Amino acid sequence: MSRTVLQVRNVTKRFGGLVAVNDVSFDVTEHSVMGLIGPNGSGKSTMINMISGSFAPTSGSIRLEGHELAGKPAHKVARLGVGRTFQLVRLLPELSVLDNVIAGAAFGHRRRWGAEAKAHALTLIERLGLSAVMGMPVSALTYIDTKRVELARALAGEPEVLLLDEWLAGLNPTELGTGIALIRSLRDEGRTIILVEHVMDAIRSLCDRCVVMSSGAKIAEGSPAEVLSDPEVIRAYLGDDDA
Amino acid sequence: MSGTDWRNLAISAALLGLAALLPVYGSPYWLTMGTTMAMFVVLATSWALFSGPTHYISLATAAFFGIGTFVTGLGFQSLPFWVLPPLAAIIGAGLAALVGLVTLRLSGVYFVIFTLGLAEMVRQVVTWVQNQTGHRGMYVLTSITEREIYWMLVGLGALVFLAGWLIGRSRLGFALRIIGNDETVAKHAGIDTALAKVALFMVPGAVAAATGAILAPRYIYIEPATAFAPLLSFQVVIMALLGGTGRLWGPIAGVIPFSLLWEAITRQAPNQTLLLLGIAFLVIVYLLPGGFVGLWDRLRRRFGGHS
Amino acid sequence: MFILITGLLLGGTYALIALGLNLQYGVARIMNLANGEMLVAGGFAAFWLYTAGQVNPVAALIVIAPVAFVANWLIYRFMLQPLVKRAKSRGALEVDSILATFGMSFAFVGIMTWAFGGGYFNYAFLAQPLEMFGSSYAQNRVVAFVLAVVIGGALWLWLTYSRVGLNLRAVAVNPASASLVGVDVRRASALAFALGGAVTATGGALVSMFFTLDASVGVLFTMKALIIIIMGGVGDIRGTIVAAVILGIAETAVARLIDPGLTLAAAYLLFLLVLLFRPAGLFGKARG
Repeated sequence: MSRTVLQVRNVTKRFGGLVAVNDVSFDVTEHSVMGLIGPNGSGKSTMINMISGSFAPTSGSIRLEGHELAGKPAHKVARLGVGRTFQLVRLLPELSVLDNVIAGAAFGHRRRWGAEAKAHALTLIERLGLSAVMGMPVSALTYIDTKRVELARALAGEPEVLLLDEWLAGLNPTELGTGIALIRSLRDEGRTIILVEHVMDAIRSLCDRCVVMSSGAKIAEGSPAEVLSDPEVIRAYLGDDDA
Repeated sequence: MSGTDWRNLAISAALLGLAALLPVYGSPYWLTMGTTMAMFVVLATSWALFSGPTHYISLATAAFFGIGTFVTGLGFQSLPFWVLPPLAAIIGAGLAALVGLVTLRLSGVYFVIFTLGLAEMVRQVVTWVQNQTGHRGMYVLTSITEREIYWMLVGLGALVFLAGWLIGRSRLGFALRIIGNDETVAKHAGIDTALAKVALFMVPGAVAAATGAILAPRYIYIEPATAFAPLLSFQVVIMALLGGTGRLWGPIAGVIPFSLLWEAITRQAPNQTLLLLGIAFLVIVYLLPGGFVGLWDRLRRRFGGHS
Repeated sequence: MFILITGLLLGGTYALIALGLNLQYGVARIMNLANGEMLVAGGFAAFWLYTAGQVNPVAALIVIAPVAFVANWLIYRFMLQPLVKRAKSRGALEVDSILATFGMSFAFVGIMTWAFGGGYFNYAFLAQPLEMFGSSYAQNRVVAFVLAVVIGGALWLWLTYSRVGLNLRAVAVNPASASLVGVDVRRASALAFALGGAVTATGGALVSMFFTLDASVGVLFTMKALIIIIMGGVGDIRGTIVAAVILGIAETAVARLIDPGLTLAAAYLLFLLVLLFRPAGLFGKARG
């Protein structure tokens, strides 16, 4: 059995009277892909935002290799080893593709600067198939390439845990195939990934384990096949008009 | 350092030498103009070091500058003059750090608003303290000539450019550019955005205070109403933006034409300076976003120059 | 007691001015730094109508408010909407609108100085004292306060209960969602901006009854209105009113007890406390 990298324990988040995440616990083991799924509004994004330090949980603990993340600001969380992409792609529009990636390398978990950072960024650009578009301004990139650049930036800091917040959303069928293959290759490299996703094919083919959330609570956990046949999960999805 | 670096260094050194020789070949009128321009070059360039990449518009220049003049006003009798500008710089940096710690964790609007009234607030407090202690204005009578003031400003300017060049190549400078693009991304990439902003904001704070300390002897008589005149902050913003903050040399390109225009307007229609300032702001926003630097880059791109 | 009541009277007028700016910033997303000049213009108009035409300042509001409404609508339509259209992000719009309204602010001051001269102006309207609670207060201050309360109250009722008011509040909360449910965001923003300007000019006319104004004093009022908005919370009417009263009382207290030259410093002290402890406003929810 492999080692637990990220440990989420009894995490609750309230916004005023609304409980967005209610007493959720799960573990993420090393070199695995954990899927975080559930209907819209189930609290997945809130969970991701708490792990990455966008906001603090109301109560509970999030530990990365023994370091408490709950309540720490985002930059400290990033340095401790959490990298992320955003649900709506966020690139640095005035910077080149290369500088966008170096941005992740210069201040992240493993920090590099100067020639070393540049070489590292170039390796990642090559690895993610961005070499051909490297000279283009960021605003001229295709949609999947913007997603690739963002992924390269997140990878550049060599995070212990990578959070992909609906990274595959909005891709066309061909791109989706490419995207799934890319994430699979990251898993094969031994990276630890948390995947928030709606695309069922991706969940089935990529995830080692899944946590299913509904209305802020964890309703199921297990392998994709197990959780997707769980009656409560089916009810949660079909009972919601976004199924 | 690459070949272009050496070329730029050579050009900069030549221009600096040319600027430093102004008192030798120029008339007294041009020395006075040159001193004013040198002051604005120093202020606008250091302003752009922070406000350029972050897009946080600082209107605190007058506050730092005024504090610098008061450092000289209070200290010139007991301390050697050469101590005063560095001392003012330390105090200016300290105040900038305080202002930054309070406002820079928050969004840019808070920062603009806070700095907008800062000079006026400091002026009120200084006036009040002076009233309490029975002092009004101060005479700064020194043997320092305008020529020396000018040279000190040119020296300070060289320092600012050096600092700007170093910051541009540093992690801090890169962090600030990322913050200016997207602060959320910056945080999640591992940048302590508040710390980076405060650290860099101390640079214009220190420089403006040192500039005030150097220029104090020129005014001879210092009182809060003139030392903290808020207009200075706006002039600096206009000149920096007119030139463009995208390059280190941008603000100079704004300072020279605007100082000449300002001088002409104050001589011929002194009541219209504010109107000019207003129109200049509007011209920048509507016609010249990016300033002359932006225009230059657009022209170069259009006419096929290498990029 | 005297300080409290004088502060309250002052705060009432401040509230109206800040309400105007809050409409412009909260709904139209324009940080209008020329707001103080609109106030001074309103004051000028009242002064001019009173001295040249013997028009009662209260009656003059019937002219001043609609004129300011139209003027601000034109400013929004032709100067600010292009900025809104070209802005790539909220941050870019903020920088552009700050610079543009600074430009307008200076241009207005320049024009007003040119048209009316740089001197101070005031006029004597209802300058007699009024006895209340054992002290006397200038009647014009009391009248200004009452009018501010009436106008502010009417505005609040309209925003809370009318259909158009609901649209404006929807845009304030989230322009994208508001447009999804059929609100014309551009029209709502223009309306809010024009209305905000009219409210501010009205506030200026009221202020001119008891305050000596000059062409360049506008920025001071802009500053105060901004501090009030931040203290009260952007888009929060109740917060704005409470913050305005607090500022009015604090200024009066400092002016009476310490030194009249320190009013802005007093405002800054409040500002500082808010920034340090309640950056989302008095009633705002702290957000991590």
